[in-house]
Amino acid sequence: MSTARTSWITRETIGAESVLPLVGGDEDGAVTLFLGVVRNHNDGRAVNGMHYDAYVDMAEDMLRAIVHEAAAQSGGRVAAVHRIGDLAIGAVSVAIAASTPHRAQSFDACRYVIEEIKKRLPVWKREHYIEGDAEWLDGHTPEASAR
Amino acid sequence: MRIRLLVFAQYRDLLGRDEFDLEVPAGSTAAGALAYLRAQEPRMQQLPPLPALAVNRVYADAQKVLEEGDELALLPPVAGG
Repeated sequence: MSTARTSWITRETIGAESVLPLVGGDEDGAVTLFLGVVRNHNDGRAVNGMHYDAYVDMAEDMLRAIVHEAAAQSGGRVAAVHRIGDLAIGAVSVAIAASTPHRAQSFDACRYVIEEIKKRLPVWKREHYIEGDAEWLDGHTPEASAR
Repeated sequence: MRIRLLVFAQYRDLLGRDEFDLEVPAGSTAAGALAYLRAQEPRMQQLPPLPALAVNRVYADAQKVLEEGDELALLPPVAGG
């Protein structure tokens, strides 16, 4: 068994290379990659950067649980990393990779991880606009039962 | 009993800091502790009546009974990704 960590929160730059080496095996016929990227507009406003805040200890536990769920459901390997701190336009905020014997499970695993991140990972983002102001974005209220 | 209160993002902005060591009545629920703190600390009244919360890094119900040394976190709606 590999003991390499397959989920984490970081302030460092991330990308495909952060997670792709953590998935894939001789039995896998599919590898999928999802990158969340900071874009230059939102709700009709020009954006010039994003600040991510997190409850790091809890987010690490939660991301590990989400990745384990995705791996169990897909029968494959899954890895995910979420970046926090100040990110410029085009920077990768989240990177997820999955590998499975067949493609459907691999797509599903990446999709599951990003959707669950949005529902329950204790992370927040503050959007910075070119006019100089900034706002915390509306998010999703997690259920008390979310694990 | 003493608890540690953590607040994040817009809640931290409202309260001016992210961490508080607080004394609340023994046996308080999370909701009870919040009501107590709201009465003690005027700035707490700016928070929503019952935000999402976590106790010791796990999402918890407002009726969760707190224990000495617990870490209670008030969580704005999450927006990762």
